[in-house]
Amino acid sequence: MSTPDPADIFRIEAAELLEQMEQGLLDLEHRLDDRNLVDAVFRALHTLKGSGAMFGFDRLAAFTHHCETAFDRVRKGLAEATPELVSAVLDARDHMRALVEDPTSENTDEENYLLERLQAAVSEAGPAPVLPSVASPAVAESGVPTTWRIRFGLPENTLVNGTNPLSFLDELRAMGECRVVLDRSALPPLEKLDPTALYVTWDVTLTTSKSRADIEDVFLFVMDDMTLDIEELGDSETRPNAAAPAAVIAEPPPMTAVTEPKAERQAPDTSAKPVSDAADPKLRRKVESVRVPAERLDELMDRVGELVIVQSRLQQIAAGSSDIGLRTVSEEMERLCSELRVTMMVLRMVPVATLFDRYRRLVHDLQRDTGKKIELSTDGESTEMDKTVIERLADPLVHLVRNAADHGLEPIEARLAAGKPEAGSIRLSARQTGGEVIISVTDDGRGIDRAKVRAKAEAAGLIQAGATIPDQELLQLIFQPGFSTASSVTNLSGRGVGMDVVKKAIESLHGSIDVASRPGEGSTVSLRIPLTLAIIDGLLVRVGEGHYVIPLPAVEECIEISQEEDLRSRGRAFLSLRDTLVPFIRLRELFATGTKPDRYQKMVVVSTGEERVGLIVDQIIGHHQTVIKSMSKLHDDVTTFSGATILGDGSVALILDVINLVSLGQEQEARLRAIA
Amino acid sequence: MSDLALKTKATLRDMPADDEIEVLTFEIGGETFALEAAIVREILDLLPETIVPGSRPFVNAVINFRGKVIPLADIRVAMGMAAAATTIDSRVVVVELDLDGASSLVGLRTDRVNEVTTLSKASGEPPPRVGLKWPPQFIECLIQREGAFIIFPNLKAIFASKGRASGPD
Repeated sequence: MSTPDPADIFRIEAAELLEQMEQGLLDLEHRLDDRNLVDAVFRALHTLKGSGAMFGFDRLAAFTHHCETAFDRVRKGLAEATPELVSAVLDARDHMRALVEDPTSENTDEENYLLERLQAAVSEAGPAPVLPSVASPAVAESGVPTTWRIRFGLPENTLVNGTNPLSFLDELRAMGECRVVLDRSALPPLEKLDPTALYVTWDVTLTTSKSRADIEDVFLFVMDDMTLDIEELGDSETRPNAAAPAAVIAEPPPMTAVTEPKAERQAPDTSAKPVSDAADPKLRRKVESVRVPAERLDELMDRVGELVIVQSRLQQIAAGSSDIGLRTVSEEMERLCSELRVTMMVLRMVPVATLFDRYRRLVHDLQRDTGKKIELSTDGESTEMDKTVIERLADPLVHLVRNAADHGLEPIEARLAAGKPEAGSIRLSARQTGGEVIISVTDDGRGIDRAKVRAKAEAAGLIQAGATIPDQELLQLIFQPGFSTASSVTNLSGRGVGMDVVKKAIESLHGSIDVASRPGEGSTVSLRIPLTLAIIDGLLVRVGEGHYVIPLPAVEECIEISQEEDLRSRGRAFLSLRDTLVPFIRLRELFATGTKPDRYQKMVVVSTGEERVGLIVDQIIGHHQTVIKSMSKLHDDVTTFSGATILGDGSVALILDVINLVSLGQEQEARLRAIA
Repeated sequence: MSDLALKTKATLRDMPADDEIEVLTFEIGGETFALEAAIVREILDLLPETIVPGSRPFVNAVINFRGKVIPLADIRVAMGMAAAATTIDSRVVVVELDLDGASSLVGLRTDRVNEVTTLSKASGEPPPRVGLKWPPQFIECLIQREGAFIIFPNLKAIFASKGRASGPD
């Protein structure tokens, strides 16, 4: 195993921080006075700055420092959080991301512009005077120097966690004149001393013009589990009110410095809240922090797959044996294997919320770019899907959301005229039904204009002029390549992909797309995606001597074909099934097995939405849940199979690609119709 | 068989001179072939094969190699040799190859695996343009040893062309 590049580790961490920052900012946009959100964003900025500097991302650290400084004014209550500020910090965040990706990029103009915007946002909005310069942070709040007595103790495991207490002392020293006394009273006798534990506490007398909040800031990141006692020593007048920290920092700074209540431990209720809030994201990070590269999960999956195969061999041997002990062990193994497999599946699952969260930013930007008011709501975020599937859904969904905002929702005036609320709604929802997850994007806009679609399709030669086609088919036309919406591509994603790319992406996930639309009321695009790419519920069939797996969700029914029917259907490729003609494919012929057909042929009717095709097989063996293995690149040209799987006896069965087989059946049907 | 694989790994480290390479020699259709031992992962007895309908004859089957489904390639087809039935000596040599930028495992059908040995590449000759019954672009060099030729196939070219010799036959 090679050691990962430290810069890459930082990039992963930075991505998480930027994500937290973005979510925090987007929440803040709706709750401008929520101090917890302000703190969360500030923490993310601060950590990013620190780690950036540590890993040598100096430009990032410098830029982030300026943003942090500006944002700090909001945190201190010197400026108010405004939509302009949120938007400026969001843009700055994007720049930070660029700096994380490419630390060498020089874009001073951009930086200056962003910082100016930020500064404008914090100074316009705030009741406090304009910041003199971003480079000289927070000097504005200097007041009369006061002497403070600060006593702090850190938990015993501080050193183990990598926190250096001396850095706090250095920070305090930097604030002003400082006298540090070490309290060694808790130090155990030498033989009981654990060299990695921290036993000492500090007693610091500091004379500074900074406020209590500034001093508390030094300990911002360890506040949760430390003991901190800050007393004012100066001869200033005593005020009895044990003000909440938020209230204190909201007061004008010169006042804060002199009116701090004296020698009182913070009331438990005021100290408890920030602690729990600060602990929250930390806890969450602890949960998320087990990072495993997806490929290792895949490896584990392979091992589990092998184990299952070995187990089924054991089971066969045990079944033929009269040894009770062996049978018991085999049964135990079977149970453990199936549990292990389930656990393995769960490991790969993540909630859809991780996907949906990304679109809040997109909608935020869309509002700005389209001038429409958009409300994004989400539903069913806790639905879980395979991580790989979620990643591959991200881009298609961007497109669908963009499309809904661009084409679906009407401008404000048109909405009002139609008697709809001013703000258009886009709803992302996810729900699980059986082995599929349905993700839909719903808007309450104007709906798809059938006449326009038809006109465009006719112009593009996709359908014949005046041809009557079913509504669903007409709507599906928007996914045709060449059915471009190029006339109204916005600059948002810059990808400029058409809806056909969405369809391709979904089909590559073995999913399908449904469109529903009511003129004037809006449209819903639903993506039906299998829960996971790694496992499949299949129907195991035999054709000739080979075993094949047909994905179960696609199977509609299985029918036995009588010999007369079989004979009658020779030479044509249709079978009448409850008064509808179903085209069919004799897999034995398609696969050129060169074997004699079984006496009773079976037909498995598979479908993709509207289209059906019958697959004639020799034997239906039964239900088979299986781990999907991809086919080698050397078999790229074989389109009939979407993958392979390993059966209980260790042999390989191929998985039929239903979409391809159906289109093969349709072609066959079209050919025969042309002849007839 | 796994002893052999272990041995190749162990001897790789003390590779002698630069032009000397560790190779695995094997036979296909009565000819001796050699592959760099470094790319050989394992030598397998014949396993149940699954024919992939519609695939090229060059890679017409897949096998289960330790839980992975890997393609089975037949150099015989690429070289235009006559097909032959498998024997008790038939083995599958699993090699790791770079296919379109991704490292992949591929099984090669062989009639018999001989030995791991050291060959001097300096004594290798490029394939003659005429008088060779195999497509010359599929052969990296021929190395003479004990009066016989050992063929060093150009796997990269064979797999890039997907087992089809281009140009006039």
